Amino acid sequence: MTVPAGMNRRRWLQRALAVAGGLALSACDRIAQSNGVNATLNVAEGWTQHAQRLLLGRHALAPEYSESEISRDFRANGSTNPDSDEYQQLAQGNFAAWRLEIGGLVQRPMSLSLAELRGMPARTQITRHDCVEGWSCIGKWTGTPLSALLSLAQLQAGARYLAFYCADTLELSLDGTGQYYESIDLIDAMHPQTILAYDMNDAPLPVPHGAPLRLRVERQLGYKMAKYIMRIEAIDSFSSIGRGKGGYWEDRGYQWYAGI
Amino acid sequence: MVADRSLADGRVAVYRHPLIVRITHWVNALCLLLLLMSGLQILNAHPALDWGETSRFAHPLIVFGSGHGPAFPTWITLPGWQDLARGRRWHFFFAWVFVANGFIYAVYALASGRIRWTLLPSAAQLRHIGQSLIEHLRLRFPHGDEARQYNVLQKLLYLAVLFGLLPLMVLTGLTMSPGMDARLHVLTALFGGRQSARTVHFVTASALVLFFLIHILAVLAAGPLTEMRSIVTGWFVIKPDRKSS
Repeated sequence: MTVPAGMNRRRWLQRALAVAGGLALSACDRIAQSNGVNATLNVAEGWTQHAQRLLLGRHALAPEYSESEISRDFRANGSTNPDSDEYQQLAQGNFAAWRLEIGGLVQRPMSLSLAELRGMPARTQITRHDCVEGWSCIGKWTGTPLSALLSLAQLQAGARYLAFYCADTLELSLDGTGQYYESIDLIDAMHPQTILAYDMNDAPLPVPHGAPLRLRVERQLGYKMAKYIMRIEAIDSFSSIGRGKGGYWEDRGYQWYAGI
Repeated sequence: MVADRSLADGRVAVYRHPLIVRITHWVNALCLLLLLMSGLQILNAHPALDWGETSRFAHPLIVFGSGHGPAFPTWITLPGWQDLARGRRWHFFFAWVFVANGFIYAVYALASGRIRWTLLPSAAQLRHIGQSLIEHLRLRFPHGDEARQYNVLQKLLYLAVLFGLLPLMVLTGLTMSPGMDARLHVLTALFGGRQSARTVHFVTASALVLFFLIHILAVLAAGPLTEMRSIVTGWFVIKPDRKSS
């Protein structure tokens, strides 16, 4: 009889397709999970970084916007209120007791209060914040150009990166690798739009956005722009910080160069 | 030109696709599949689209999914579990391969005259576009000498994909890069903002999926064996014209 035979064949085909599909899916997952594949894919980060550095140079500026374009609902991502006792006490005192430490490979280590930072020449910029998740918001930022602080602290010859240590812990861990940190190289550190912002939209930086001080690195994604900064260190390598990839999210697989 | 080969029953094999076209076709197909799957992984991190520079979280243009679990099911994303970091690695690696491959094809196709000889429709073809459309809708495909060249609809569709949709994917992708935005803000302005570019990126990708479906349907309707043979070996077999046989 042809009908049962056809049914059989169809059932057999369905089963074969399901098995083939399952095999393909699990093969895909196995490939995607492989560390070797991951490392190979990551060579593209170097290509992107080199291509962008070639095209952008040191000085190309991120676009700046008008007051009317500022987002009314600027989303806060990651930590929105660090829960350590130390940070909560600083916040209760309006960060009067907070000090920014600058150390590592510098000639003159420094410790600055918020009032001292506010007394320095400032830069204000209205820029777009692009989150790695895909959304964008526009905000107005006022702060101290990082280059001005570095010329005061005077980098030593071996300094290649700046590491930013933050007050927030995103992941509880025994070894402390859940503490937020970030790093940028000196090209980004010296860029005219790279500032340590203490004001957002003409008011003191709110806690969800990183009070009292956050980094703005306008040509990269949001996760590079560390919030709740406590200490800045000039370093020659970030391989011994955290899990060695240069930042909290970098340690969890995200690109160190976040220009795309 | 590679000479035709006469086969049995009056069939003729013509060398339709040179090696470089066959290689770039399949590399492109692989890239587009992986870019689509990793792209949906990335979209799952913020499954909403907006128009303009910024996002309106309360009232986006389009929202995908119910808000519970991934908006696009994980069987269609790369990797097959929610992982934005790895999705981005796949996406940007194959974006580079895709661009390099497209560049090789474009240089070859322009320099060899392939665009002019095989893809630009002739005036006569354009005049009979209506008739060609009707024949296609009836799934009647040309035989004999007519089958030696692409049909006018095929030509226009390939041109639109090669020089419209594919470059648009690259340009809207680059527009979303905060780094490139410092150099190419003119592009951001052209698309009406970063979030608009993201939306155009998605719509263009959807158009490519639609093209893929039409492409596969056409292959199935025109004869999957001979079509597949031609894009793998280069040799396309033409059946004799019914009228003359």
